[in-house]
Amino acid sequence: MSELIFEKSVPGRRGYRLPAHDGPQRPLRDLLPAEHLRRQPPRLPEASELDVVRHYTRLSQRNFSVDTHFYPLGSCTMKYNPKLNDRIASWSRFADMHPLHPASCAQGLLRLLYELEQLLCEITGMHAFTLQPAAGAQGELTGLKMVRAYHRAKRQDRSTILIPDSAHGTNPASASLSGFQVMELKSNAHGLIDLAELRGRLSNDVAALMLTNPNTLGLFERDILAITALCHEHGALVYMDGANMNALLGLAKPGDMGVDLLQLNLHKTFSTPHGGGGPGAGPVGVSRSLEPFLPVPRVRKTGKRFVWDERGRRSIGRVHAFYGNVGVLVRAYIYIRTLGREGLERTGRAAILNANYLKARLADVFPVPFAGRCLHEFVVSLTPLKACGVTAWDVAKRLLDYGFYAPTVYFPLVVDEAFMIEPTETESRETLEAFANALRGIAQEARTNPELLRRAPHQLPVNRVDDVKAAREPNVRWTPSQVPVSNTSG
Amino acid sequence: MQIPPALRYTKTHEWIFPDEHEAMVGITAHAQEELRDVVYVELPPLGKQVNQGEPVAVVESVKAAFDIYAPVSGTIVKTNAAVTQSPQVVNKDCYGEGWLFAIQPSRPSEVNTLMTADAYTKLITSEQPS
Repeated sequence: MSELIFEKSVPGRRGYRLPAHDGPQRPLRDLLPAEHLRRQPPRLPEASELDVVRHYTRLSQRNFSVDTHFYPLGSCTMKYNPKLNDRIASWSRFADMHPLHPASCAQGLLRLLYELEQLLCEITGMHAFTLQPAAGAQGELTGLKMVRAYHRAKRQDRSTILIPDSAHGTNPASASLSGFQVMELKSNAHGLIDLAELRGRLSNDVAALMLTNPNTLGLFERDILAITALCHEHGALVYMDGANMNALLGLAKPGDMGVDLLQLNLHKTFSTPHGGGGPGAGPVGVSRSLEPFLPVPRVRKTGKRFVWDERGRRSIGRVHAFYGNVGVLVRAYIYIRTLGREGLERTGRAAILNANYLKARLADVFPVPFAGRCLHEFVVSLTPLKACGVTAWDVAKRLLDYGFYAPTVYFPLVVDEAFMIEPTETESRETLEAFANALRGIAQEARTNPELLRRAPHQLPVNRVDDVKAAREPNVRWTPSQVPVSNTSG
Repeated sequence: MQIPPALRYTKTHEWIFPDEHEAMVGITAHAQEELRDVVYVELPPLGKQVNQGEPVAVVESVKAAFDIYAPVSGTIVKTNAAVTQSPQVVNKDCYGEGWLFAIQPSRPSEVNTLMTADAYTKLITSEQPS
């Protein structure tokens, strides 16, 4: 373990020393109420600029990232983020734009946002979009608030959301946060929604079905048209979690499937930075009948001008300050325009091909619980290794030693010892083969030297951590013990 | 694996001790083994009315979070503070100290819809992946 920046602190060391202030001064106590004033300076680390740069650069090098490692984290679509997107988003005409700029001085950016909405409508077949939500889960919440507003406007009181048992955990969480009751739908033997089960659960209390297509097993809901028709017959809406949209790019449109609302995760499908490198963006698209409920403001085009429209009597209101994470939206726009329609379609096809290729390279070692072709990702079961006393968790840890980030484990819950793998279209055949060989090698190690796996990883700065203790007795605060603090700051 | 004959079982791997006043509920040995180390337990408030099959508690392990369903309808009359303080008790003694809550059944006949130890043994044997 390396030292924390606090432990590297040296009293009096500074990055910059500012010259003495030569303007008029007022004592701090005249400016702020006494109860808000510190009695002692904060215990900040004291370091030079070079200390700080080296410390954080070193930490970043110890991390796994898409720029450094294959990152097949299922359902997260950790595709490469083209540097071109970052470069254009950092142009001062985008980066230095202030959200309070009047619309008349921000026509270029407004046009970009307007066109991005149009492009997302074209890609998904939805009627209108809001770009405000800052993440997939916030998109879900925004969508569910619109579901509620839609039924209220019809003077209907519907309190249940149906969710398949293979859904992302955020779906029931968002439904519950929106004040709905969640009812689980059991998947059928093919890992798909069971029409009979759905029919049995539908009633005039069901506000919406929340599904993911393709689902978390990487399987396309073949009965989607019957599913949406059945929901609509009962007056229920269909919300689609668009987290897996990468598989459908240029190939199929949720709007054509009868979906009423969906969120897109731009940080997945549209290559904007993901995870700690975010922020994210979870735009929500809706059908024509739900458009009046979209959050305000909306970007409108009047003649040749773009304006902010704050009107919307039935709108659910604002869900984000200004208009979402605009820097992320710029990147997604560049990505879509760079690829074009044909490029997006090739992206979808390559994502599917890569997943199926990798699945085929692993199928003789690990059982694939649901037969047939997958779309952009697949789930294998590591149950056979249980006989050697090795778990999916151990294999995930061992993969780190081989220089691969571990796939999603123990999800979806419908598969025992699940390993959920999503290679994305940006990986080469060589990388996929190296990964398959690593997993095959680890399966062999499980038989010959299971202890090696149970103690993995061995090659990383931090070895096996006690995650049980960390969860039961979390201690996330570092306590300064003998850190010298100088009194010269201030 | 331990499957006490005096208890009744659900398909979702809860056990219940049939009693008119205080039917204790917990998770089975099979369930705690599958979950592995339990790290967090959320119990229902006392006095809560529950329906059979409704999610009433949450058990979280290092693998995932799982809902615990009410085996029968009734009122929550007791909850086990020991498991919220030391969740590992659920792993150590799932049929004893690791019980979760007790229900006063409102429809006592519902318990007859649940599985006997024999039926539950068959269920988990058939669920074992090949």
